[in-house]
Amino acid sequence: MSQQPATQDSHSSEEPNFYRAKSGLMSWLFTVDHKRLGVMYLASVLLFFFVAGFLAIALRTELFTPAQDFVSAATYNQLFTLHGAIMTFLFIIPATPGALGNILLPLMLGAKDVAFPRLNLLSFWIYSVAAVMLLCTLLLGGLDTGWTFYTPYSVHTGSAAGLAALGVFVAGFSSILTGLNFVVTVHRMRAPGQSWDRMPLFVWAIYATAVIQILATPVLAITVLLVAVERFLGIGIFDPAMGGDPVLFQHFFWFYSHPAVYIMILPGFGIISELVTVHSRKHIFGYKAIALSSVAIAIISFIVWGHHLFVSGQSELIGVIFSFLTFAVAVPTAIKVFSWVATLYGGSIVYNTPMWYALMFLWTFTIGGLTGLYLATISVDVHLHDTYFVVAHFHYVMMGGLAISFVGGLFHWWPKITGRFYNEALGKLSALLVFIGFNVTFGTQFFLGHQGMPRRYFAYLPEYTTMHQISTIGSWILALGLVIAGISLAMALRKSAPKAGPNPWNAMSLEWQTASPPIEHNFHDTPHVTCSPYDFPEIDKSGGGHH
Amino acid sequence: MILNLLLGPDPALLGTPQMSESPFSLLPAASTNAQELDNVYLFITALCAISFVILIGAQIYFMVKYKKPASGHRKTSPLTHSGKLEFWWSFIPAVLLIGLFAWGETLYMKMVAPPDDALQIRVTGQKWFWTVEYPDSGAKLTDEIIIPINVPVKLTLTSNDVIHSFYIPVFRQKKDAVPGRYTNMWFEATKVGVYPLFCAEYCGDQHSSMIGTAKVVSMEDFEAAIEEASRIVQLPNEPLPDYGARVFAKRGCESCHSVDGTTKTGPSLKGKYGAQETLADGSTVTIDDNYIRESLMEPNAKIVQGFAPQMPSFTGQLTDEQIVGLIEYIKSLK
Ligand code: HEC
Ligand code: HEM
Ligand SMILES: [Cu+2]
Ligand SMILES: [Cu+2]
Repeated sequence: MSQQPATQDSHSSEEPNFYRAKSGLMSWLFTVDHKRLGVMYLASVLLFFFVAGFLAIALRTELFTPAQDFVSAATYNQLFTLHGAIMTFLFIIPATPGALGNILLPLMLGAKDVAFPRLNLLSFWIYSVAAVMLLCTLLLGGLDTGWTFYTPYSVHTGSAAGLAALGVFVAGFSSILTGLNFVVTVHRMRAPGQSWDRMPLFVWAIYATAVIQILATPVLAITVLLVAVERFLGIGIFDPAMGGDPVLFQHFFWFYSHPAVYIMILPGFGIISELVTVHSRKHIFGYKAIALSSVAIAIISFIVWGHHLFVSGQSELIGVIFSFLTFAVAVPTAIKVFSWVATLYGGSIVYNTPMWYALMFLWTFTIGGLTGLYLATISVDVHLHDTYFVVAHFHYVMMGGLAISFVGGLFHWWPKITGRFYNEALGKLSALLVFIGFNVTFGTQFFLGHQGMPRRYFAYLPEYTTMHQISTIGSWILALGLVIAGISLAMALRKSAPKAGPNPWNAMSLEWQTASPPIEHNFHDTPHVTCSPYDFPEIDKSGGGHH
Repeated sequence: MILNLLLGPDPALLGTPQMSESPFSLLPAASTNAQELDNVYLFITALCAISFVILIGAQIYFMVKYKKPASGHRKTSPLTHSGKLEFWWSFIPAVLLIGLFAWGETLYMKMVAPPDDALQIRVTGQKWFWTVEYPDSGAKLTDEIIIPINVPVKLTLTSNDVIHSFYIPVFRQKKDAVPGRYTNMWFEATKVGVYPLFCAEYCGDQHSSMIGTAKVVSMEDFEAAIEEASRIVQLPNEPLPDYGARVFAKRGCESCHSVDGTTKTGPSLKGKYGAQETLADGSTVTIDDNYIRESLMEPNAKIVQGFAPQMPSFTGQLTDEQIVGLIEYIKSLK
């Protein structure tokens, strides 16, 4: 995308990459380098993904038979709570902004670091404290409220709900600070020539995410704090036994958690926009529409929370309004998917692992989005709410949308992060297994849900057995696929893995215009941006198409 | 609760029929609005299937057609946007979605507005059973709701502890039972039969067992059916322990207490009568008639060591006759 200093390679042989620039444990724990912080986030989120994935397999294994046999009722309830809470608060929310965002954002902007490097370190430490608090609930006898902490159950249950609520509260601060940091970085730190319409779409997505994080997270913080106050001080807020209102909690909770769904998915959209363009050598189709639809989604996401309360006893009129607003989110989302598919048109598509994951995303996310229409239709949601249909739907969007794009993004930027190539054959095998495993695991659950199988059940009526068994087998295939993806990535860490060089994909955005792994200050000379990040040399300029 | 934890829910015991013949077919629809809801469901399914085929079809076509040549890259299209295309692919979905919203909304309005002459039934959720009361006859059922066919029925729901959700899949109806307030739900059954009834809002350990049955009977059989189901009076010549066993099953004790020594939410009652019990504060009591009576009336007065104060109070819910039956039953559990 820019005038690349031709001297760069000779430089990088002199200047050590950011891993080598300093050494010792302290150089990591107290680093203010966005790349090192990103790598630490990456290690943490991958660890939590593994832990929570492991819990998921335990859950699915219990569900292999209709009876309760593998784990006890109480254990099952703690397992799904921890699985959901860890996946949401410690994996999905921090994964893309914390890990990929930290590593890539300043690089993509041609900056030396984020706007407030020390604040960035603070965010990481706050995140770590929150993680420790949530994991402590395990030792305290566990948490069994579900990741939604619904009152009054969470006020009464004799488990570690108070600590967990505080843990989520603390994690919120990390989110807010990271969001703040990124917003300022995007406004202030762009390289000369990088106007708003020359920013990579990944940056747009991280930016929209950061705005939601800043606006929505305080509401979550207040809500969980109120739960803690109610538990510890006995002041009635949500518990009717003390004069509180339990449904109020659900309003507060979803006022945060619905936008949070977009905190989770928007960065995934950003990743897909990069992957689809680079590996098909095409300018993104509808840059403006994609960028602006992120902003539209961010705004509308604040006024749809009531679709989680259709059967809670809220007024019918309010329910209908929320149903309407929910449909409104579907339009910008559809525009994005159409644009990605249109980007493939006339391309020269390279089928490597990151591209396979991106193409898989189009499939899984489309199913996730379309099944959202059933749930937005208020009368149909009365039937499907809190059944396996919902479990399937949100796994299609969260796992099929974000987790899959995150893995794809890891493969794509892995050469940049590690300086070496992952194992391509294993990478492709993992994509195939994940694709099959994922659809078998969660596709079956739409049928279960429509048949009326409620969620959060550890034992079920025998007529649901077949579908549950297929789903469980699928989850084993899925897990195997993810393990193989991990192995493929880990193989890049060997000394013998092929070196990637600065720009293995011939991409145009700035992060590829410096050494892999980058040097400590990212660039030798401040880069200048002269064109769009999607202006690939393969594009046929002779035909007089738009530019 | 009727559910034996170790064996899993036994449909024979529950008397529930298969939900449907095959997992791919639709559930039986047994209420006036269920059929129309299925129509909306099928319409959305068709809409989604068509969109999916078009979209993924285009994707696969492009994937095959525009694969990178064996060596080098081909020149790629300079297309960056197309106002027309973008307008139409925003406009058409928007119109379809508004239509879908409107249909869903109209049906919803029917689903939430009970006719004035609806039969009233009160439902109370409690960890982990449902109590169904018929104000007209004063009858009370546990984990079973009996409804006459072709008569609109309006339920008034509430909960004694945490939020539960009353869900009858074949009626396509669900509503939360919230402590401290009343919510409503209505339906008109159209098919005689016995159908599963679930709790759909997570409510703790035995959430999965908070299931029961919805029985649709003809209007003629209706009174007799509730009479029969709610009657837990001692039958002539019925020994007290047997009578107690019936009370034990019907009043939901089974969901927390086993009689074979396994610990559930509460202690097993096997061999308990006459034994010493250690309480949470370290003191001990002997389990006798008075202690059992107190456990039922004021369960939190004495908490057994190692257990949480989860037992609900049965004050006003059990007759003296029933309490005596329960005591004799517990005595008989050697
Ligand atoms: C929601 C679960 C629950 C239900 C339903 C329930 N109990 Fe309990 N019960 C408990 C728990 C927990 C304890 C132990 C804590 C305590 O002492 O309150 C207990 C204690 C008892 C005890 C004292 C046992 C001992 O070892 O000291 C008796 C007797 C008893 N229950 C009888 C009954 C009867 C009879 C019923 C049905 C009418 C019933 N319970 C329904 C949860 C329940
Ligand atoms: C490895 C693949 C995964 C499997 C096999 C899996 C499986 C499950 C299962 C069995 C449940 C419990 C359903 C129930 O009893 O109601 C569940 C719940 C949940 N999962 Fe997953 N899951 C996976 C990945 C993910 C990912 C990647 C995310 C998030 C991004 C996620 C988020 C959740 C959430 C939020 C819940 C709800 C927990 C609750 O009910 O409180 N899962 N999952
Ligand atoms: Cu939502
Ligand atoms: Cu429940």
